[in-house]
Amino acid sequence: MNQCLQTIQDYGLRSLGLGERLLPRSGFTLCEQVTLIGSGLIWNVYFAALALLFGFFLANALAVAKASRNPWARKPAEWFIFLFRGSPLFIQFFLAYELLVQLPRAGIDVLGITVQTSWMTRAWAGALLVLMLNTAAYSAEIFYGALRNLPKGELEAADAYGMAGWTRWRRVVWPTAMRLAWPAYTNEAIFLFHATTLVFFSGFPAFQQRGDALYYANYFADKTFNPFIAYPIVAGYFVLLTLGLIALFGLVNRRLNRHLPGAAKKIRYRPNLIR
Amino acid sequence: MLSHCTDPSALQGLAWLSCYLTTGNHMLFYASFGTVLLLLAITAPVALLFGFGGAMASRSRIAGVRWFGRIYTSMVRGVPDIIFFLFVPIALDQGFEWLRSRVYCDPSVPVRQGNEFIVCAAAKLPLSTSPEWVHQAYGIFLAVIAFAVVFGAFAANVLHGAMNAVPRAQLETAEAYGMTPRQVNRRILVPQMWTYALPGLANLWMILIKATPLLFVLGVEDIVYWARELGGAKTRAYAYPHPDWRLYYFLAILVFYLLMTWGSERIFDRIRARLSRGQATAAGEAMRKAAT
Amino acid sequence: MKKLTLAAAAFALTAGMGMAQTVRIATEGAYPPYNLINDQGQVAGFEVDLGNELCKRAELQCTWVKNDWDSIIPNLVSSNYDAIMAAMSINEERKQVIAFTEDYLPPAPSSYVALDEGANLETGIVAVQTGTVQASHIADTQATMLEYPNIDQVFAAVRNGEADAAFGDHEVMRPFVEDSDDLIFVGEQVRLDEGIGIGVRQSDNELREKLNGAIAAMKQDGSLNALIKTHFGEDAQTYE
Repeated sequence: MNQCLQTIQDYGLRSLGLGERLLPRSGFTLCEQVTLIGSGLIWNVYFAALALLFGFFLANALAVAKASRNPWARKPAEWFIFLFRGSPLFIQFFLAYELLVQLPRAGIDVLGITVQTSWMTRAWAGALLVLMLNTAAYSAEIFYGALRNLPKGELEAADAYGMAGWTRWRRVVWPTAMRLAWPAYTNEAIFLFHATTLVFFSGFPAFQQRGDALYYANYFADKTFNPFIAYPIVAGYFVLLTLGLIALFGLVNRRLNRHLPGAAKKIRYRPNLIR
Repeated sequence: MLSHCTDPSALQGLAWLSCYLTTGNHMLFYASFGTVLLLLAITAPVALLFGFGGAMASRSRIAGVRWFGRIYTSMVRGVPDIIFFLFVPIALDQGFEWLRSRVYCDPSVPVRQGNEFIVCAAAKLPLSTSPEWVHQAYGIFLAVIAFAVVFGAFAANVLHGAMNAVPRAQLETAEAYGMTPRQVNRRILVPQMWTYALPGLANLWMILIKATPLLFVLGVEDIVYWARELGGAKTRAYAYPHPDWRLYYFLAILVFYLLMTWGSERIFDRIRARLSRGQATAAGEAMRKAAT
Repeated sequence: MKKLTLAAAAFALTAGMGMAQTVRIATEGAYPPYNLINDQGQVAGFEVDLGNELCKRAELQCTWVKNDWDSIIPNLVSSNYDAIMAAMSINEERKQVIAFTEDYLPPAPSSYVALDEGANLETGIVAVQTGTVQASHIADTQATMLEYPNIDQVFAAVRNGEADAAFGDHEVMRPFVEDSDDLIFVGEQVRLDEGIGIGVRQSDNELREKLNGAIAAMKQDGSLNALIKTHFGEDAQTYE
């Protein structure tokens, strides 16, 4: 037990580069595997949380652009969404990495100021960018669907109150669209969370053996030559985190629906809507 | 093999390219597109079957079956598919061989010896005397099962939702005609649920298409495997040396996937229109209005 | 399979024994010149030529199986094939799980590759291929390690300045360095293993013995050295 506490101290934050520098090399204990894989989970959470946060805003902009009547706004949005929804994330990671390493190492001169670009090839930035664009495309499609399904009555009511433009958007259109889109968006969040396991699996290099949960699981499977311990541990972690995510999004859902008596039912994880 | 390709080092430009693109391993690369399509064509119905079983199980009146259905669908969905693929196929393979070893081998010999998993020759799957294509087919079979288990769980969810969406009144009418629960299921519930299930199943198909690059994790030589293999830099040890061309190969794969998803969407639009005909839904209503 | 291969050898045994059962040998097919996929899409390279010769001498019937490096050992212990010839260095870690025959290649040197002589190998950034013995070695040094899934990306990282140097098997990197006009070998070579051997299951003594016999015979009559020279060049390390 004490030994395990020591292991947690040594490796609990290993994925961030804190604690022991060398990974365990032999005589792997279950505690070491659980601790290191758990430590890698920090990266999965980091990627998922930030990609969802930034992607959410981008997705709203894209959804509005796609719903717009102006072809200059609509066409680029449609193409962007098609490109990212139509191809596997796996391939997107690879291509993005290949493109990002093309950036000049010395940085780019913009109006006399040198903008550093080398950090873009690091997973924390590059992979985050890809995940963000990817989730933005999927979420935009969900939000676009919601915008098209706004109840006609609510829009007419807003008109009747004399709301227009920004006020109407902020007080009626957007909250209603979010309420409609939320169950599907929950699924998208779960899918994105699962997709973070691909970061180190395809393309992006691990720096000083700092990787995500799957990276460490792969390390152990590679050293112990036994896939039946490390991978199920990752699976277990993900089941727990998925449940947490559903609970979190359920809270938001309840808030979005708080004015509807009885409508704030438990959100069900139904991956059937859009992805 | 084209006739002028006997001495690749003497060729230049287009002639070189034409020979390069028709080498034996490029042919295997082109064939691997077929592998992916074949796998999709087999997996989709199998996954649908798993899904149907899962959905029926989670509606069952027997508590044990119901719990099995629920746990299956929620467990599998909580785990990233790639993690499943990393250990489930080996586990399946060992499971099958273990079952066969109970039948064909001396049961007193343990199957696990230390860290090794050994069954007698008669229980091996496939038999080690089998030709290579049997081994390959078995690999694809395991991949299909692994995919079907994962996507079956998603399909179960979609179908479960669709079954619940069939208007109560339609089922009650059937009961009023004196149909047994089994007849209601077969004559009303199952035929009627498809229109509600289609959007979800269409999405699932899209997800399935986009999950196929993970095939190489399962040891199937798919397009990603060949793109890496062929695109990687080739030194003078090879007949057709070239620098790192993986970018071009991957762009070709990207186009393939975009075409696949684009084509699928067109087809689903048609099916959607077909299934909505006469249904008590907004789409069905709109068609009715348009017709009159 | 063990029963079989053995059976073939044991000609003195029962007359009823049929044909030898096939020995399935796994290789990666992505590590030239050790093993590679040729233009006909078949496995080729030093190990394939050597393996076929060994099988002939040991009177075994062999077929080749391509398998991903990551799962090459798990699939051996779960009996999906019977032997591994994939430039697998003999080391303690692996010996705990599988058995090795005698080495068929002397300990292979590993080298650093960089763009210029002055590259910082001690504390700089060194790119390696994931899961190799070279990766384990760099993890122990003071250098900052960058891991890539394949060798192309390792060189790309050095070329675009992502890494100061690459570290890998000398024979694998040599053709790339010779073909290029920018990459050079730098620093001291490092020896990391006890040579390269054929991996077999620990319980599979019969197969190991037969292969050992064939390897010893090839070392004896110089045919192994000749084969090494055809694949790795005249300067390659050979057996005394």
